[in-house]
Amino acid sequence: MTMDLKQGPVPFNPYTANPKVSRTSYYIYEAPVRLWHWINVVAILVLCITGYFIGAPLPSVGGEATFTFVMGYIRMAHFIAGYVLAVGFLFRIYWGFVGNKHSREIFYIPFWRPNWWREVVFEARWYAFLAPYPKKYYGHNPLAQLAMFLMFTCMTTLMIVTGFAMYAEGAGPGHWSHTAFGWVIGLAGNTQNLHTIHHYGMWAIILFVIIHIYAAVREDIMSRQSMISTMVSGERMFKDDAP
Amino acid sequence: MAREETFYDVIRRQGISRRSFLKFCSLTAASMGLGPAFADKIANAMEVKPRIPVLWLHGLECTCCSESFIRSAHPLVKDVVLSMLSLDYDDTIMAAAGHQAEAILDEIREKYRGKYIAAIEGNPPLNNDGMYCIVGGRPFVEQLKEVCNDAAAVIAWGSCASWGCVQAAKPNPTNAVPIDKVISGKPIIKVPGCPPIAEVMTGVVSYILTFDRMPELDRQGRPAMYYGQRIHDKCYRRPHFDAGQFVEAWDDENARRGYCLYKVGCKGPTTYNACSTVRWNDGVSFPIASGHGCIGCSEDGFWDKGPFYQRLSGIPQIGIESTADQIGGTLATAAGVAVAAHAGASAVKRLRMKSAETAAERERV
Ligand code: HEM
Ligand code: HEM
Ligand code: SF4
Repeated sequence: MTMDLKQGPVPFNPYTANPKVSRTSYYIYEAPVRLWHWINVVAILVLCITGYFIGAPLPSVGGEATFTFVMGYIRMAHFIAGYVLAVGFLFRIYWGFVGNKHSREIFYIPFWRPNWWREVVFEARWYAFLAPYPKKYYGHNPLAQLAMFLMFTCMTTLMIVTGFAMYAEGAGPGHWSHTAFGWVIGLAGNTQNLHTIHHYGMWAIILFVIIHIYAAVREDIMSRQSMISTMVSGERMFKDDAP
Repeated sequence: MAREETFYDVIRRQGISRRSFLKFCSLTAASMGLGPAFADKIANAMEVKPRIPVLWLHGLECTCCSESFIRSAHPLVKDVVLSMLSLDYDDTIMAAAGHQAEAILDEIREKYRGKYIAAIEGNPPLNNDGMYCIVGGRPFVEQLKEVCNDAAAVIAWGSCASWGCVQAAKPNPTNAVPIDKVISGKPIIKVPGCPPIAEVMTGVVSYILTFDRMPELDRQGRPAMYYGQRIHDKCYRRPHFDAGQFVEAWDDENARRGYCLYKVGCKGPTTYNACSTVRWNDGVSFPIASGHGCIGCSEDGFWDKGPFYQRLSGIPQIGIESTADQIGGTLATAAGVAVAAHAGASAVKRLRMKSAETAAERERV
């Protein structure tokens, strides 16, 4: 915060600050996290598109069923992408243990820290145009962390669990998915419930993606730090020197 | 006193030939997925074992289970199992009535305490002290508890006894509950379906009577040998599903071609039953073969997971039967609009900041 001796602390305005100061950068997202992020983006894109068409299939095709496999390929793409998502997610959890401290941010929310909640509120005010200037964060800002934990980490877990449970229905007893996720079938009772939950899960993830991409682009322009390039190079660049 | 009557004695007394009896044994073994060697085992068990009485109670139900049972596809199966069961008490088909009939119940409970089988069709309504189902002048739930408490095992016939079925549909005014909600401490085998397939019913009874134990049950308490796979897994229209060939509307060209009924609401992909293999009425047909999607009648809560003619379950609470896609799509559109509005407001804010910046710049220079 710049100090004006006569007026006390004045709110910092990044746009009025001297732009010629040096721009600092920090290495935040390690290569495996970045690689995972973009693989995950592709997997989720494929899952959402194919999943939608599993629930509401394309118009019927003609011809001999023997030589046609449209629904089959859609489902196959879904399952392959499902495996990619699940293996990637397991890897990401592993990296949460061995990576830097930012690699753990999406797996928990520090709900026991009142200060963290204050930051969430501050960030919400920034998005609601109530706070004039954003703060700087090395990792995710607290609001982003909250959204990522609830709408990405929890939802992805739900999708993997319900997804593999439905997969186990087709694969049958003896398949690893049935051994690992068969209990979900029993828990669901009628597996139509699994389809319904899985389907709502997709829309929750789509909501996350819309907001997430918008926020990433907006913050890249509006905030005091780099965003999109951070997820490409790993370097967080701060646009000014002020605290 | 003469030795206790065996199943075989009863069967012969009914005038069934030994040849027919052996045929029944191999059929039963095959339907349960057991090897040929088990036919002998079943025959042997029936020859030496004393007959086990079965008490068949009826609660809130429509009697479709009984109807199905007495129409077992193979007349042989029906004869054998009916005589085997001897149905000491079944208010639908027994000759006795009134006090005489109720006396049979007490007698069997006394004489075969802990040895007989209780077969329950229908379920008890619990509201108003069970007054919505009165049997012999008393709430059914009392009779149910008494009979089951002294039984060796309990069979829950059909979706009523297993899950609650339509009388338990929202808002369930009589508070009808599946029988496992009021019976505890007894092995319960669920044979759901509305009704269950006749061959499945006779198969389950034969298994318990001959082997003196429950067949292997799945997580939901159903016999795994009949409920191990979904209709969808063995459906003869499955190649059309995989090909992406669907009936789009009733009576369109695709319906005539026998395409998959997924888009018109078939619940085969989420229904565990043997319809697509065992079929109905002597193996003649089953709903999908007749051009109608599966409604999932053997699944828990199928009555509230409709509409039957729609692929995705509706959520009646939010709008009229909205599906996940309608609700999700609306939310996503709303988010898109909100994002656009927010982006607009952000641009305005940025412009204002920029002008402040230029002003500051000018001051500095
Ligand atoms: C972001 C993650 C995912 C999304 C958005 C997604 C989306 C969907 C959607 C919308 C459906 C249709 C549901 C319905 O019947 O109404 C579906 C079905 C299904 N998904 Fe996923 N899914 C995801 C992850 C997974 C994963 C990890 C698996 C595991 C292999 C999986 C396996 C399945 C299976 C087995 C079905 C049922 C296919 C069928 O009934 O033919 N999904 N998915
Ligand atoms: C299916 C779509 C997407 C999903 C599910 C997704 C998910 C995620 C997750 C979970 C993180 C946290 C990474 C971590 O800490 O490990 C993240 C970060 C990030 N994502 Fe995405 N993402 C998606 C698409 C995109 C796209 C298209 C962009 C580019 C416009 C993008 C830009 C970013 C950026 C810049 C970050 C870092 C945010 C920060 O610096 O605080 N994402 N994303
Ligand atoms: S008709 Fe029903 S059970 Fe048969 S393949 Fe189609 S969806 Fe599956």
